[in-house]
Amino acid sequence: MSDNFEPKIVGFMCNWCSYRAADLAGSARIKYPPNVRIIRVMCSGRMDPAFVLKALSLGADGVMLAGCHPGECHYIDQNYKAMRRYYMLKHMLRAVGVEEDRVRLVWRSAAEGEQLAQAVTEFVADVKKLGPLEWPDNWEENGQRLKALEDIVKEHQEAMEVN
Amino acid sequence: MSEGKAKGKLALYWAASCGGCEIAVLGIDTKILDVAENFDIVFWPCATDGKVRDVEKMADGEIDVCLFNGGIRTSEQEYMARLMRQKSKVLVAFGSCAHEGCIPGLSNLDSKESCFKTVYHDSPSLDNPQGTVPRTVTEVPEGKLHLPLYYDTLKTLDQTVPVDYYLPGCPPEADRIWDAIVAILEQKLPEPGSIIGSDTTVCDDCPRTREEKKIKKFYRTWQIKPDPDKCLLEQGILCCGIATRAGCGALCPQVNSPCIGCYGPNNGVEDYGARLFSAVASVIDSQDPKEIDAIIKDGIPDPAGSFYRFSLAHSLLRRSKLKGKDGGAKVAADAS
Ligand code: SF4
Ligand code: SF4
Ligand code: FES
Repeated sequence: MSDNFEPKIVGFMCNWCSYRAADLAGSARIKYPPNVRIIRVMCSGRMDPAFVLKALSLGADGVMLAGCHPGECHYIDQNYKAMRRYYMLKHMLRAVGVEEDRVRLVWRSAAEGEQLAQAVTEFVADVKKLGPLEWPDNWEENGQRLKALEDIVKEHQEAMEVN
Repeated sequence: MSEGKAKGKLALYWAASCGGCEIAVLGIDTKILDVAENFDIVFWPCATDGKVRDVEKMADGEIDVCLFNGGIRTSEQEYMARLMRQKSKVLVAFGSCAHEGCIPGLSNLDSKESCFKTVYHDSPSLDNPQGTVPRTVTEVPEGKLHLPLYYDTLKTLDQTVPVDYYLPGCPPEADRIWDAIVAILEQKLPEPGSIIGSDTTVCDDCPRTREEKKIKKFYRTWQIKPDPDKCLLEQGILCCGIATRAGCGALCPQVNSPCIGCYGPNNGVEDYGARLFSAVASVIDSQDPKEIDAIIKDGIPDPAGSFYRFSLAHSLLRRSKLKGKDGGAKVAADAS
């Protein structure tokens, strides 16, 4: 893969902590790579694994999940659920040959702008090393498929003419 | 039902599936006579003598209803899917294979090359000294012989052509098939694009008692003797009832066997497996990352088969990632 590959990364961030941390990083002018498109969710517990699969299937090369530190979730223990789903999701991705490191869960509080920027920087660098995911290309058959179909149509038409 | 009315035209077709759906149709028993009273069965290769050519000669939309079972694995099946779509007013994806890919769709976990290797070279019951494999074109003295192209990735019917209705199940239960036929006859079909069936889950039909779901360890069915009255999932047996559409009357949990999800997702769920594994993971009884990871790895050795047994081809994943340039699929498709 080429050196100038810039991974597309989706970040699902909890409204109460990591999203604010990202805000803080921005207003404090802490630099981090612009690869992450941040989506705000109300809690890490709202991050459905299907969101992650959807992001990957639509062309993301990696997905970052960020929530409040364990014990600090505004909805009591939803971030523990997020943690369990995260390990299950990684287990699932491994089973279908997708590098599990394309998904990462981090805990960052609203005050940890710098730490969030650092986590993003590291994640972007790691996904860069993995290269593009190119997920949709994975199931497109090559041009042979259309040719095979045309052949059948032709054969059948010829047979009809003989009839 | 239709005294004096002109009979409708019905077709049934069988693509990549085991044949169980064809038998399930006969499961409606003597009601098949009611079907024959209301419909001319114009094409049903499994049971009647019809030719593709006869269908090709029909006008577009001439068939009223086509019940199509099976996924799309070869160019011939894709051709037939397109043909039946063109000639039918209503196309029904009949059964799990047409709807979600089902068991044949699990071959999407591997490549076509590897399927061929197992089937034509490595299978222990095989006697194939010349290493013969199917080819799309074979030259013989008399000319060229053609076989359909075998695809690298099994597609569902609606990944191939637009589908009007879905009848879930592996196979659909006879009563549900009959419900669908009645709905068609009485023209009481739901919105096009919908699944003909219930919108509750298998759990709603299951007589087992439920308390709180907290799982410390997952068991495979042979590792534990389940309590006959308690919810199987609460006992650590991976039961898919929580994510699976009702329709069967909770057949499996009633005989001490977990639901494996053959009726597919409920309304509004895009990815059955993700819904299921998300729900199952949420009730793991631990807050320690290492312990959680170990419970998952020890208890669920085959996550793809456990969560996507029937729905891999139709899921957001669709298939396993193929290694190699261009994702590998393009390379593998040339193998025959
Ligand atoms: S999870 Fe399975 S055993 Fe438990 S209530 Fe649902 S269908 Fe019944
Ligand atoms: S219990 Fe589940 S696997 Fe068994 S028939 Fe019903 S839907 Fe299918
Ligand atoms: S509120 Fe932040 S993770 Fe729940």
